[in-house]
Amino acid sequence: MGCKPDIIAETGLQFFGRISASISHELKNVLAIINENAGLLEDLTLMADRGQPTDPARLKIMAAAVQKQIGRADNILKNMSRFAHSIDETVADVDLNQTLELFMALTERFRTMRGVEVDLQLPASPITIATAPFFLMNLLWLCLDFSMSAGGEDKRIDLVAEATENSVHIRFRRLSGLTEALFAAFLSEREKNLLAVLEADLTAEPQGRGIVLQLSKIINN
Amino acid sequence: MPAKVLLIDDEKDFLDIMAERMGARGMDISTTTSAENALEMIQTESYDVVIMDFLMPEMDGFRALKLFKETRPDVQIILLTANVPEEKCIEAIKLGAMDVIEKPADLNLLTQKIEAAKTLKDKQK
Repeated sequence: MGCKPDIIAETGLQFFGRISASISHELKNVLAIINENAGLLEDLTLMADRGQPTDPARLKIMAAAVQKQIGRADNILKNMSRFAHSIDETVADVDLNQTLELFMALTERFRTMRGVEVDLQLPASPITIATAPFFLMNLLWLCLDFSMSAGGEDKRIDLVAEATENSVHIRFRRLSGLTEALFAAFLSEREKNLLAVLEADLTAEPQGRGIVLQLSKIINN
Repeated sequence: MPAKVLLIDDEKDFLDIMAERMGARGMDISTTTSAENALEMIQTESYDVVIMDFLMPEMDGFRALKLFKETRPDVQIILLTANVPEEKCIEAIKLGAMDVIEKPADLNLLTQKIEAAKTLKDKQK
């Protein structure tokens, strides 16, 4: 494999922890809104006990608010489940478009916190690759984290996936703050080891302003 | 005088229902989803208590806390937040936060904290 498993394990666990903490935060926010709706229902009940009529339209709005949060929590948990299962098999056939959409959902809060908008541009046809899905998302996260730092004032990043004959390119573009030195500093042992696991390559685009992750369509390890 | 409270949270649905419930308890509530906007509001209005989420877009919670306290040293700040590690809570208290309450919160407990915060602020006048 040509990599150091301890670095891979540590990097992977850190990534898993970060995503889990973010999911936990999101779910706490959902619970907080449901909790306040339950509290408001209690307030209205107390007022009704004192003879103040309850407006059915108000109750309908509260029910809709709770249903909205349940739908939100359901989506968060579905994504969490898909993420957790991404480590089931070291190498699996994955639909890259679906993987990138899941990655975007999992990292939404991080982007929001940093005020960065990412425009995901996927090919019209699905791209199936045999890869290590968890480590792919781990590497995508490191690239996104770097891109958010190298994005400059614009705070808009294009994330573009495209297939060539033998490989897949995932580009992070519009990185106005990207320099050669910054890119060189980004490629530490953890990135190099993940690239080795994925049989991938990461380069800065010739004109600058972007990085390209070149993935094998089938990895052999 | 009712407690004048500024509530800051990037979850609009949470803000709206909290404002309704706290308003029904006699508090004078203002809300914003933006820490930067909150700073402007604190510069122009005198609030007794600021209740803020710790993790918000645009501004790190520690930075927001420092700026709010620099702008209005007498304002009492309560952090109402999900999943903040204990060491960060301690750091926030050191920076001048009055208390840290975890979401989902008990509004009766929060109301008691707000009343205590207002009393503290009134004593400082």
